[in-house]
Amino acid sequence: MSLLEKFFAGDVQALSSLITEVESRSDGCQAIVAAIYPRTGRACKLGITGPPGAGKSSLVDRFAGELAAESRRVGIIAVDPTSPFSGGAFLGDRVRMRSLAGNENVYIRSMASRGAQGGLSVATFDACLVLDAFGKDWIIMETVGVGQIELDVAQHADTVVVALSPESGDSIQASKAGLMEIGDVFVVNKADREGATNLVTQLNMTLEVRRKNEPWSYPVLATVATTGQGVAELGQAVRRHREFLGRHDRLAVRRKTQLKSQLRKILEDRIRATVSRRFHSDPDWDKLADRVYLKQETPYGAADRILAAWRS
Amino acid sequence: MERKIRVVLAKPGLDGHDRGLKVVATAMRDAGFEVIYLGLRQTPAMIAEAAIQEDADAIGLSILSGAHMTLFPRTRQLLAEKGAEHILLFGGGIIPKEDMGDLAKAGVGRLFGPGTPTAEIIAYLKQAVPGRRKEAPVV
Ligand SMILES: Nc1nc2c(ncn2[C@@H]2O[C@H](COP(=O)(O)OP(=O)(O)OP(=O)(O)O)[C@@H](O)[C@H]2O)c(=O)[nH]1
Ligand SMILES: [Mg+2]
Repeated sequence: MSLLEKFFAGDVQALSSLITEVESRSDGCQAIVAAIYPRTGRACKLGITGPPGAGKSSLVDRFAGELAAESRRVGIIAVDPTSPFSGGAFLGDRVRMRSLAGNENVYIRSMASRGAQGGLSVATFDACLVLDAFGKDWIIMETVGVGQIELDVAQHADTVVVALSPESGDSIQASKAGLMEIGDVFVVNKADREGATNLVTQLNMTLEVRRKNEPWSYPVLATVATTGQGVAELGQAVRRHREFLGRHDRLAVRRKTQLKSQLRKILEDRIRATVSRRFHSDPDWDKLADRVYLKQETPYGAADRILAAWRS
Repeated sequence: MERKIRVVLAKPGLDGHDRGLKVVATAMRDAGFEVIYLGLRQTPAMIAEAAIQEDADAIGLSILSGAHMTLFPRTRQLLAEKGAEHILLFGGGIIPKEDMGDLAKAGVGRLFGPGTPTAEIIAYLKQAVPGRRKEAPVV
């Protein structure tokens, strides 16, 4: 049996293998997406992002547990950074998702960011398609809220939760703009710590403009993930956002925006790959470089020539 | 994008701390592996499930409790039941010579004593992991 046949028969090992295929951007990627694509679009996609250590995994643990208890099938993608020095990664999110172990309704996959050129964003989008086609009702993506790529991943989601904690004050300042703009629901986790109330106030102030201009309330919730306090309210807020998207047909708009940026990234990846292949192997480029050296052509002129050759 | 070696690391049983295991995890990360860290108090069922979901190439268990004769074979058995024979199971801890033979027969890979240089473990995985997978074609 092929991997796809096993996958459609509900084999978890095949699901895992297919995620590896899309994650490593293998040659089989395109065939996989072609085979599963008609069966996608049903799952609710939730992104959770925020500074390191804010409590994202602990919140996911609680929320996914709640969903699973209602017999919802949940797929989780937890992204941690790749070491830029070795290309390896320490993927530790499962440590804080212990309560989900052995839960038949929950599937967890840890992913490394694999560097800016690693296609993380495109790969996680495809991994979501795979989970969706497998029959997951909910897909939750956890990313560390640093860097554009991680924010992009969170934005594959229909609903984005931004999780902060009182101690993440400094790092929010740094990445505040990005985080504040992409969130639909805001969480101040570690509400048992000093400074939580202040942070809630601060967030509410920052969100005033968005609230005024858009018909969504951008709720700010206080939680203690370790005890579960406030997690039910977080769940309600996420579901309310879901209904909000449905009511105003905004879900379709959002998904089209996601697809358009996926399209853009696929094109960028392909063009980058082509350019880099040609750079190493196309003798015409060497000839062009000679011409540029001899001042028969400017570098821009040479680039135009290459592009013109591609177009025809 | 090449495939990375993915290793699940866990400490089953109720004993102790995971400092040693974290050292191994860090060394593996620095060797270019992707380490899925499960931490303490893991049961064979939790470990096997995680390894399958993570599409791991190998599982490393740190066992100091003396329960190695049950934990390793049980994990191996669960992997077999789930059709994941290709996942290499190896470990570390204080394991008597006479048990090592039995564990090897039960399909367990290398077992490293306390204080083994991490480079040795990494070299072992680089040699033992490739070629274990017999994957079906995608389509
Ligand atoms: N006091 C307190 N500690 C918490 C709370 N939520 C999480 N923690 C602890 O904070 C630490 C980090 O929690 P994680 O859930 O791993 O945070 P994270 O945002 O997923 O971390 P990264 O994935 O590493 O960015 C852990 O030690 C948790 O036990 C909380 O509400 N209150
Ligand atoms: Mg986490």
